[in-house]
Amino acid sequence: MSALAALFLRDLRIAVRIGGGAMMGVLFFLTVVALMPFAIGPDLALLQRIGPAILWIGALLASLLALDRLLSADLEDGSLDLLLMGGTPLELAVAAKALAHWLTTGLPLVIATPVFALFLNLDLTATAAVALTLLAGTPALTFIGLVGAGLTVTLRRGGILLSVLVLPLTIPVLIFGVAASNAAVVGPLPFGTPFTILCALTLVSLVIGPFAAALALRHGQE
Amino acid sequence: MCWRGGREVFRGICFAVASGEGLLLTGRNGAGKSSLLRMIAGLLRIAGGRLELTGGAIDREIAEQAHYLGHLDAFKPSLTVGENLSFWIDYLGGQGHPQLALEAVGLGSLTHLPAGYLSAGQKRRLSLARLVAIDRPLWLLDEPTSALDATAQTMLLDLMRKHLAAGGLVVAATHQQLDLQNVRELRLGAAA
Repeated sequence: MSALAALFLRDLRIAVRIGGGAMMGVLFFLTVVALMPFAIGPDLALLQRIGPAILWIGALLASLLALDRLLSADLEDGSLDLLLMGGTPLELAVAAKALAHWLTTGLPLVIATPVFALFLNLDLTATAAVALTLLAGTPALTFIGLVGAGLTVTLRRGGILLSVLVLPLTIPVLIFGVAASNAAVVGPLPFGTPFTILCALTLVSLVIGPFAAALALRHGQE
Repeated sequence: MCWRGGREVFRGICFAVASGEGLLLTGRNGAGKSSLLRMIAGLLRIAGGRLELTGGAIDREIAEQAHYLGHLDAFKPSLTVGENLSFWIDYLGGQGHPQLALEAVGLGSLTHLPAGYLSAGQKRRLSLARLVAIDRPLWLLDEPTSALDATAQTMLLDLMRKHLAAGGLVVAATHQQLDLQNVRELRLGAAA
């Protein structure tokens, strides 16, 4: 098996085992979405109108929750040292880790979206639009978060700093994700315009994220 | 020269290790033994001076031809002993068979046990299985005997002897006298 495939499979395995935390993000997502109607009140029309935004905020916070374990777990048990000593470029190694992380924390959020959309009285079009934008947008959240994880990996209790660093960078993803979802429901903008920009943001983060994270990790080796 | 946390740890160290030779790093706590090992492994920036590889696979970096056995074992508690070892064999490009390596270090019957249940000494043995399963010429060992019982220490010495006899190199930081032939000692912090 190639080194990258081995790393990818290892991270998938750890995430689905006990204590791996693959489902924690979905539970947190559920909590955020379920709380909203209690705060806003039983105004179905209002919930329907702001539903896509609530789902996006919930998914954003949930994907942030798991990020601080993305690299720090490997630092704490010494795996990171050995990962640096393999023949594989660190950029590819962190990309494989981020991909496995997205599959176990980002993708479950997308799959759970149709169920949670029911809580917010979203119709079929709106649900499909939110799920599709989350599918296109959550990889960007993971790969932007990867940079933050690389920067804060050597800090104890770096999770809060990580959130503070990463959240501002995810604002464009949030804007275009919600804009595309709303465009599909109420218009007047066509769905394709913000959605294409969302896809572009994801592609850019896929390219820049691993390089920036590897740079941060190398710099942080002290 | 080595700097850590704005403080100079050591400077002016010169050594050479040839094929089949061992080097023991000794010195008081904080003398820089671990730092020196991490520098050789490419995990710590060398503040001044250089490391040179002559002969062998000079087109590959030293880090790619070295085993680093530090204080941390680099195993995931939720994966089984076998899965942990197989992963490192795949990632670090070894040819060895995980089961054979586990038997060599006396963990053959624990392949399917999650690594979280291992004792400190057993985790150490599992790290040694990595040295057996993945063939790399340079072994960088940081306090290799810690947490090991008498049997395991003898086993470690046997492994090191075999490795040296096969033309390997060993650089070990230790406080214990290791009963090995063909080793020299580098005392860090002696001048300070």
